[in-house]
Amino acid sequence: MKTPARRWRAVGAALVAVSLAGAATACSSSSSSDGSSDGGGSYAIWDPYPQFNDDSEWVKLLKSCGTSAGVTVERTGYDTTDLTNKALLAAQQDNSPDVLIIDNPVISTLAEAGALTTTEETKLDTSAMEPNLLGAGQSGGKTYGVPIGANTLALYYNKDVLTAAGVDVASVKDWPSLTAALAKVKGAGKKGITFSAIGTEEGSFQFLPWFWGSGAQLTALDSSQAVSALTLWTDWLKQGYAPNSVINNTQTTSWQEFASGDYAFSENGTWQLGNAEKLGFEYGIIPIPASGGGTAPAPTGGEFVSIPVQSDTGRYATSQKLVSCLTSPDNLLTTDTTLSYIAPVAAVQDKQVAADAKLKVWVEAVKAAKGRTGDNLGTKYPKISEPLWTATQAALSGSKSPKDALSAAQTTAASATK
Amino acid sequence: MTLYLLAFYAYPLYRNIELSLRTYTVRSFVQGGAPFAGLDNYGKILSDPTFGPALLHTVVFTGASLAFQFTIGMALAVFFHQHFPLSGTLRALFLVPWLLPLIVSASTWSWMLNSEAGVVNAALGVVGVEPVNWLTSPQWSLVSVIIANVWIGIPFNLVVLYSGLQGIPGTLYEAASLDGATGWQRFWRITFPMLRPVSAITLLLGLIYTLKVFDIIWIMTRGGPTDSSTTFATWSYRLGFGNLLPAFGPGAAVGNLLIVMALIFGLIYIRIQRRQQA
Repeated sequence: MKTPARRWRAVGAALVAVSLAGAATACSSSSSSDGSSDGGGSYAIWDPYPQFNDDSEWVKLLKSCGTSAGVTVERTGYDTTDLTNKALLAAQQDNSPDVLIIDNPVISTLAEAGALTTTEETKLDTSAMEPNLLGAGQSGGKTYGVPIGANTLALYYNKDVLTAAGVDVASVKDWPSLTAALAKVKGAGKKGITFSAIGTEEGSFQFLPWFWGSGAQLTALDSSQAVSALTLWTDWLKQGYAPNSVINNTQTTSWQEFASGDYAFSENGTWQLGNAEKLGFEYGIIPIPASGGGTAPAPTGGEFVSIPVQSDTGRYATSQKLVSCLTSPDNLLTTDTTLSYIAPVAAVQDKQVAADAKLKVWVEAVKAAKGRTGDNLGTKYPKISEPLWTATQAALSGSKSPKDALSAAQTTAASATK
Repeated sequence: MTLYLLAFYAYPLYRNIELSLRTYTVRSFVQGGAPFAGLDNYGKILSDPTFGPALLHTVVFTGASLAFQFTIGMALAVFFHQHFPLSGTLRALFLVPWLLPLIVSASTWSWMLNSEAGVVNAALGVVGVEPVNWLTSPQWSLVSVIIANVWIGIPFNLVVLYSGLQGIPGTLYEAASLDGATGWQRFWRITFPMLRPVSAITLLLGLIYTLKVFDIIWIMTRGGPTDSSTTFATWSYRLGFGNLLPAFGPGAAVGNLLIVMALIFGLIYIRIQRRQQA
């Protein structure tokens, strides 16, 4: 008893099934290229600071830079992770913004895609910028933007917890003394340290100071130094000095753990300074120690101001004025204070420290920091970073030993970057 | 109508297949001219060490979610069918998980299942059970996301099955009572067979929704630790967007495999329905 209507309904159900599943995965794109520059006097700027609205200092600065360049600025703020895909799609469809402010490790990807102009082409002056910060925006000997500010990682500590455990923070100089401090804290019934080892770029970002602090290089993930860094983290978990939740912690959830007041240390970034003032206890900050003492190189965070490729190259001259305005020393001071970033220019850094002595430790940390895509890694970095965070997760969750996890990571990274 | 279908169904599907058949780098994505690679991307994902676990997890996740959602949904539907005071209010409360945005439900679950500060481990501690690393141990992460997904899926099953129950004539139950049928017999001999068409469509829709569940897993575990809760949906996303350097080709290939799986189950459904009608 098959009626045609019934059969079609069934086929319909199957088609709905297909299209529902398809909707989850389809990625649409097209390659139109009308390339017309819309409305002579209007310039588009995209930034990853959606937290700022039109009344904020940041947007006011953008508008005033527009006014002094004789154009109107149309600004859109995107979520950081969203912005990479948006920028790639816009480049594909030839409707990139005139000025793009983007997270530094993405620069090499966009440069590889041919979506960014070099500072040479657009005559942007980068001579005042600190070389270690500028490095994150360089690829193949060319510079693709101007840093607007930098942040990095350090260790926040809870003074009350350390005092109660009888730890003098000045004694924390290298890995053994840090681990000894954690043991004392645990002995006093408090929790040692929290960080973020989540299976995303954030996890690699947080592991890098320890990785680099051991003397390891990203080109050899399975070196004995690298193993010693991962063993340090794994042992902290085994000993109960760090909570198991670090495996899933983002930097925000790890901060929330620290804010609970139970933890002695938290590895976190410059951007938490504003929240740190709201903690219900006294806090301090020390640089992340390298394995044998001294400050470990932490990865630099922060954005670059870049000029995406336009079919109408006549727009570059005005875009150049906008970028120069945004990265002029006076404006950098305002912007970096608003974002709680460290300026990429030494003279402005000094002004920041003069205004707020607490920033001194951060300025030093930023000076010791290095770009993730530096060391001529460029777009190889993402292919190394993913195996690295996978190895971190494997070792911390106990499914592999640090040594096995890292040698598997090295095999993956080596074949991906071949 | 045709235009709508072409623009919103056929074109994305075509693009996704095209994407999976070419070797895209970020450069060729923007500048065009990605070389045709045939089935290379499929070969790559089939030989990827993530493929086996992802397939297994997709099957386990979907199977377990459906089994529990449907059983619990059915039990609740039958329960609420015997109208009692406040049954309407209670039924409405059961719908809450469905109304909450997934990001809220998933974040709430991940807080509840947190190893250190989660309420679940605190409750287990009260009865003397050692804390479980729900989200951070490879043994438990898949179980945790299944629990959350079952909780979210119950209301859908409850609503559809409950409305199916309304369609069964009350006289059938009266007749059965007169013949001395027990409650259990009434369920297996009347309710279950009469609900079969509704059950089939509930399960099919549930299957498709569950195959492509992404948000819950991504928010709770990111598919980790070490792929222990990775399904095809999260793997596809991770390949396409989870890294600073997107791998569009392989990502699209995994997505297409997911579509093929849904298609296979759709066809199985048609077969079964035809056989029932024959």
